[in-house]
Amino acid sequence: MTALASERTLQVVRAGPMSTVQDRGRPRWAHLGVPRAGALDAPAAALANRLVGNPPDAAVLEVTFGGLSVRPSQTVTVAVTGAPGPVAVDVRAAAWGEPVSVRAGRLLQVGTPTVGVRSYLAVAGGIAVAPVLGSRSTDTLAGIGPPVLADDDELPLGASAEPPASIGVAAVRQDGDPGRTGLRVLPGPRLDWFAEDAWTTLTRATYTVQAESNRVGVRLQGPRLVRSRHEELASEGIVLGAVQVRASGLPLVFLADHPTTGGYPVIAVVHPDDLWRCAQLRPGEPLTFHPA
Amino acid sequence: MHIDRVVRLGTDALLVEVPDSATATALFETARDRISVEDVLDIVPAARTVLFDGVADRDALAEEIAGWTLFPDDVAPARPQGESVDVPVVYDGPDLAEVADRWQMSVEEAVAAHSATEFTVAFCGFAPGFAYCTGLAERLHVPRRPDPRTRVPAGSVGLAGEFTGIYPSASPGGWQLIGHTGLGLWDVDRDPPATLPPGTRVRFVPR
Repeated sequence: MTALASERTLQVVRAGPMSTVQDRGRPRWAHLGVPRAGALDAPAAALANRLVGNPPDAAVLEVTFGGLSVRPSQTVTVAVTGAPGPVAVDVRAAAWGEPVSVRAGRLLQVGTPTVGVRSYLAVAGGIAVAPVLGSRSTDTLAGIGPPVLADDDELPLGASAEPPASIGVAAVRQDGDPGRTGLRVLPGPRLDWFAEDAWTTLTRATYTVQAESNRVGVRLQGPRLVRSRHEELASEGIVLGAVQVRASGLPLVFLADHPTTGGYPVIAVVHPDDLWRCAQLRPGEPLTFHPA
Repeated sequence: MHIDRVVRLGTDALLVEVPDSATATALFETARDRISVEDVLDIVPAARTVLFDGVADRDALAEEIAGWTLFPDDVAPARPQGESVDVPVVYDGPDLAEVADRWQMSVEEAVAAHSATEFTVAFCGFAPGFAYCTGLAERLHVPRRPDPRTRVPAGSVGLAGEFTGIYPSASPGGWQLIGHTGLGLWDVDRDPPATLPPGTRVRFVPR
């Protein structure tokens, strides 16, 4: 082993459809055009870190629709949270939402979730790829941070300071059904660019999640929101959770990898406490908005 | 004070509307000087707005901003405080002849007009390090191409509306391309990573 090689590593055997390294994101660079990035389901990522005794800013793996298998070089404690699904060590089923010890060389598999989209795998010590502009998050819009995981990647792990503290099972969240419970929205900065009934339409209609949804945003199909002002909007700063209405009249909810500025009007902003639900919406699922 | 309106959005953001990009740049620079990083997470200038995102106390910030004097004489924008950067340009873009045509000039005159202009980076967006440079006289503003190119090479210098911009990396794009530069615009190992952050004064120098 060379001096440069990390002693503790995680070998990516199968990366699955879309797995990335994520932490709490890359704020403070938006004025240079750098997206925020970070785990889409932030509470789930935070819980995974707590379960393995990591600090809240440790990097985890965000696993989209499962399919991830990894092999630690040394015995490690891991936890899988977020979208619930099968977890296995070699051929044995392991717990979801609890700390699990994986012996050196064993194969940990995060399977396709039964509900939701994104599962989070925390490893004690954290994923220790080099930070870029203060974050280890992969930004899929601008390509800042580590690349999307590929088969045979070798990820360095940080030192695990101490055995993880035990934590109560009550910490595991009830995911609920975002389609039924809906997202709370606050009025957006350009609500006055829309026809009078647009807010009512947005908050009473049922939208359907489109397959083109990704870390940049959730694209929706449903009733079109009619504008009262049709001139071009000068590009302006965008916040996380902004509900932007494109030329088609269809809304899009911006998530962590959203562009920093945009030239379509924002009709509403999703309450930050509800944003994690957007991370777990499957294509074809219904979505409703309610005034906060 | 040249602030048109302060809009509260979401739970912790303020969007401040201003009459022009010079005021947006001045407000951004003043805010960066005066606001502690603990009080606001991100300050994002744009064409007619400045976004304050992740604000600890919105009412206090709105009140503070309203009390600022952005321009000492309250008439003309102060000269931006940023660095001055020369961007070497080979004026050979595929849209240069069409732009010169719109400006009712020869290609040589168009190059002279563009390179004689002192630009200011009003804001960044579209891609990390992509600087929206303002300064062109209004009669020289040109529309975007009706049919965006699927691939614009890195370093391309383009025009759209009041802006001149440089593509930091290859991407699709609808700007009118007038030339290219070899100047590096983005390096995450540098502080700041952008060569042309908001407030930078820019000259395009023919090569």
